[in-house]
Amino acid sequence: MPTTTLLWLLPVFPLLAFVLIVLFTNRNKALSHTLAVGAAFLSWLGAMVIFVRALNIGPEALAEHPIRSWVNWLPTGHGFLKIGVMVDPLTAAVLFFVAWTIFMIFLYSVGYHNFGYPEGDHDQKGLPPHGATVVDEHGHKHRVPSIEPMYSRFFAYIGLFAAGMYLLAISDNLLTLFVGWEIMGLCSYLLIGFWFAKPSARAAGIKAFMTTRVGDVFMLLGIAYLYMATGTLSFPDIFKPEMLHQLANLNSGVLGLSAAGLIGVLLFIGTVGKSAQWPLHVWLPDAMEGPTPVSAMIHAATMVSAGVYMVIRMFPLLKAGSLNGAFLSPLAVMGFIGGFTALFAATIAVAQNDIKRVLAYSTISQLGYMVAALGAGSYIAATFHLITHAFFKALLFLGSGSVIHGMEHGVLHTGNHEVDPQDMFNMGGLARKMPITFWTFVIGGFALSGFPVLTAGFWSKDMILSASFFGGHPVIFWTLAIAAFLTAFYTMRQITLTFLGKPRTPEAEHAHETPWTMTVPLMVLAFFAFTAGWVGIPEHFPLLGGLLPDWFTHWVGAAYETLLQQAGMFKEIAEEGSLVPLYTSLTVSLGGLFFGWLVYKDVTSPDPATDPLKKWLGPVHTLLQNKYYFDELYGILFIRPAYWFAEVLTFRWLDRGLIDGILHAIARAVFDLGKALAYWIDLPIISGAGDLIGNIVRTFGRAFRVVQTGRVQDYMVAAMTSVVAFGALVYYLLVFAH
Amino acid sequence: MAFLQNHLLSWILFTPALAAVVILFFPKEKANFHRWFAFIASLVPLALSIWLWAAFNPNAAGFQFQEQAPWFTAVHSTYHLGVDGIALTMVLLTTLLTSAALLASFSIQERVQTYMVLFLLMETGMLGVFMALDLVFFYVFWEVSLIPMFFLISQWGSEKGVRVWGRKREAKERDYAAFKFLLYTMAGSLGLLAAIFLLGMVSGSFDLPTVMAHWKTVGGALWGIPVATIKAIVFWAFVIAFAIKVPVWPFHTWLPDAHTAAPTPGSMILAGVMLKLGAFGFLRFILPLYPEQAKIFAGALAFLGMMSIVMGAFASFGQTDFKRLVAYSSVNHMGFVILGIAAAAYAVSADPTTAAIALNGAVLQMFNHGLSAAGMFFLVGVIYERAHTRDLREFGGLWPLVPVYGGILLFTSMASLGLPGLNGFVSEFLVVRGAWPVFTLFTALSMLGLLFTGGYILKGLRDVLQGPLNTRWVGHLTDISVREIAVIAPLMVLMLWIGIWPMWILDVINKAAVHLLALL
Repeated sequence: MPTTTLLWLLPVFPLLAFVLIVLFTNRNKALSHTLAVGAAFLSWLGAMVIFVRALNIGPEALAEHPIRSWVNWLPTGHGFLKIGVMVDPLTAAVLFFVAWTIFMIFLYSVGYHNFGYPEGDHDQKGLPPHGATVVDEHGHKHRVPSIEPMYSRFFAYIGLFAAGMYLLAISDNLLTLFVGWEIMGLCSYLLIGFWFAKPSARAAGIKAFMTTRVGDVFMLLGIAYLYMATGTLSFPDIFKPEMLHQLANLNSGVLGLSAAGLIGVLLFIGTVGKSAQWPLHVWLPDAMEGPTPVSAMIHAATMVSAGVYMVIRMFPLLKAGSLNGAFLSPLAVMGFIGGFTALFAATIAVAQNDIKRVLAYSTISQLGYMVAALGAGSYIAATFHLITHAFFKALLFLGSGSVIHGMEHGVLHTGNHEVDPQDMFNMGGLARKMPITFWTFVIGGFALSGFPVLTAGFWSKDMILSASFFGGHPVIFWTLAIAAFLTAFYTMRQITLTFLGKPRTPEAEHAHETPWTMTVPLMVLAFFAFTAGWVGIPEHFPLLGGLLPDWFTHWVGAAYETLLQQAGMFKEIAEEGSLVPLYTSLTVSLGGLFFGWLVYKDVTSPDPATDPLKKWLGPVHTLLQNKYYFDELYGILFIRPAYWFAEVLTFRWLDRGLIDGILHAIARAVFDLGKALAYWIDLPIISGAGDLIGNIVRTFGRAFRVVQTGRVQDYMVAAMTSVVAFGALVYYLLVFAH
Repeated sequence: MAFLQNHLLSWILFTPALAAVVILFFPKEKANFHRWFAFIASLVPLALSIWLWAAFNPNAAGFQFQEQAPWFTAVHSTYHLGVDGIALTMVLLTTLLTSAALLASFSIQERVQTYMVLFLLMETGMLGVFMALDLVFFYVFWEVSLIPMFFLISQWGSEKGVRVWGRKREAKERDYAAFKFLLYTMAGSLGLLAAIFLLGMVSGSFDLPTVMAHWKTVGGALWGIPVATIKAIVFWAFVIAFAIKVPVWPFHTWLPDAHTAAPTPGSMILAGVMLKLGAFGFLRFILPLYPEQAKIFAGALAFLGMMSIVMGAFASFGQTDFKRLVAYSSVNHMGFVILGIAAAAYAVSADPTTAAIALNGAVLQMFNHGLSAAGMFFLVGVIYERAHTRDLREFGGLWPLVPVYGGILLFTSMASLGLPGLNGFVSEFLVVRGAWPVFTLFTALSMLGLLFTGGYILKGLRDVLQGPLNTRWVGHLTDISVREIAVIAPLMVLMLWIGIWPMWILDVINKAAVHLLALL
């Protein structure tokens, strides 16, 4: 099959699964998940074929002549807006991780939603399953997990979601990228609010949609501006040296930015929303209300990555927009926002007790790393971390889901539903109960912490640190270094509290390992969390450098290297000569892991108040635990004023009060005038004279009263007769007089 | 066949009126017969307008399928019909939505015969406005479409509620709404009538193509008043009449009242087609006849469009009545039409591509809003018929009770929200792209409206479908019926089709827009 055909098909498979499940198979759970997982498999297969074909072409050739196919989509006066698909080295790398993570998450969902278990005793659509009672052959009653009541719907949603992600990844233009982007936004809303009957889940879905929409409307403006300025939205057409220079030299009239600069900033605000960067980060932690595979997929591997992918994709434009050195140029803004977010979110993660929330803040923080890397000018480091992070964070989320699942087993066993199966203080000692989950989680956690040499996270984080050391501002480098220390610390805190020591509750005592559909994806992802970094070992790395080729830098670098050189925007960063970033990287990662273990190894009580950090930090800990009160702040600053503006000002005061008030005043004036005329003029003068006539008319009136039946139908017949007469006239004029 | 083809527009225009006459001859007790007859009769103009669409040549400039015959010879007014790509799109929208609305009218129980007659007459009225190429003729149909809607609201409208319009002055909600609708529109159309006659006096003809050909060169004086002054008076009379009809903020307060009080099919037509009459007036008269004035006042118009978008979204967000929420969404969406028209009027000479894009967006937005607003009103009606309330606070968690309805509501809501992949996005994107270079600030500010579009759409979904199940409805709500699905399904197909592959419709609109702009 031609590569371009295959490319168009990638989003079609899961989309088709969505349509089929919604329209036909939603009553049959097995068929529904077969369709969805089958579609994910086909897309995975297609993506792998494309990946291999891309490898055979080679990076330079592929960057020079990407595999492309396009069609005219919108007529615009005398031209057309084209949309299409393409594969260049960047797309190929992104497709690789997207395909793997999506396929693994689909498979995992089967087990996570308790396929094979009976329907629940009291389960309702819109609420998580509560468990079922089964009677075995000896007549004993057992509590077992129950299957998700909206099982098919879940697979339909993630099918649509996967379609959106594939569409985004293969787009050769910003428009279809935006379509995929928004389809994922919708799915994220639906999946976060999957258990919509829970008010917290419902609110979280809406919060996610609205917060990201803030970014989206800015992005839409950026797209419109770009389209206006260049007459195209296709990447290869925008990324031409002359086009970039033209945009860089055009003054936008806003904040001293060039057109490229303003477009870059507007697009980046879209990323701030989608990739949950400060100050639009608030939705992501709440998004943990969704089922765990959703968290993994949307909030680790795919959707939030999409935000970063978009700015990586637009890097030449961002670079061009930063040439004139305006204070708020895109790359400067990204360096600041990314660095700040990385540290800011890491501090919050330290004080969270919910196993998924820790990971949520960690995601925000890691995305901050990628954004900061771009700010420092290294799109390669950003892409590298994007990919390794997708693998190990998906692994961690799926691992945490497995833990929660195991804990829910325990809860069903003891019957004590007061115990929160997501609170890490209720766990402890799960390493022996759930060995596969434990080991894979450790691999993921160490990758996240940047455990030296072995893990993927080390290589990508090292690349970012050295990029920001050599290419960025020292403040950003040290910010990222401190954040890296905190990352290792909270990760080890999580591992220690969850898996090590002794079980702190009876529920943790009765937790057990999850089925193969869940553990196999864990193992596959663990493999990549280990090895994905080895393809990008820098050539100048002490001892190891040069043993394996630095394939990744070469491959992704090729995507824009020639272009940037041609445009005169390429800056070779000399990365040799200083080992500061390497030593920093080693110190913070090992130090963080060690302290995390040291502080939490002796926690024995399930009471979160015994957190040692709480004692040491006091009110600061409360501040962190409450996420710096951003939710409350936004409530006061934006949400409540918006309600007031809508309900009181716009509707009650302006529409009902002022505008309708004026209309009513006019109506009253006319009405009163009419009454006055009737009373003072009509009655004495006209009626007086009229009475005489009236008497005569009355006589006639009696005669014609038959017609005035007071029935609407009769009037209608009269009206109709006139219309027919009129129609006949028209017909005459039309046909005979013509 | 040849007779049919030569008079295709007349057939489309008068088949509904003819059907209305036929219905009168059957006994009023046969309610079901009237329903089916009216519905099937409405399929004829729909089929004919699809034929019209197929036979239309988008590449040709000017009006097609013209028919002309002497009519009111004393004032040189003729029976003159014709369509360009824009009118064609509106004709298709009208015939489609009338059929959908008539199928939705099966739940009307009172005075079915009269209702159906009025509804069909209304269709003729609306089609006439889109087809007329003679100003007097245009005006007649403009009024003909108005009257049946007045009766639909005041006779078949919602029976609850009272509105106070002064001390000791109260009116039933539907009477209040019907009169407000009628008087407000009449106030506009009185000026329209005067304007049309002044225009006829000055140019010596009511025939639109003739007027357009001579309009720029007409000079001199009428009754001692310079023609330039008269032209200015006519311009403002047109603007006010059409602005009320669209409605443009701040002339919009009749809309939420009328839409909320009207019976469901009435709201579908009101929002789906009637609002377009005003926007169509801008395109048919103001742009071609007054390009200079339109350009001068385009900034003000764009400001009002922006205010419609923003204030409409906020007002909608502030509602607790589901139907009023949807009603205000029309103000919000029609704001994009106005913004697009303003941008096109401003950019026409300096940047024709931008003007064409803006105009494409405006016209497509008219069509798209017709689909999504009619769909939303219908869905509100479906739940209202079952629950007898529209108060959002009384619903909650209904999705498990009405799963199919929930899915359809979600889909239609997303189309209304402008989700990429569905129709609304395409037109809003085009308008934003068209307006950005011309009215950058207003375009940026209207993004606030776009944000709150999300706010009110999600609010509606949140209060109806999501949240803890309000147990009061268990056993009282049935899912959407097959007939009801048949009403909404064609609209949904079009929403998706235009969202994914807009070429088929936008090609026609685009060529018409290019022809129109070339005239200016």
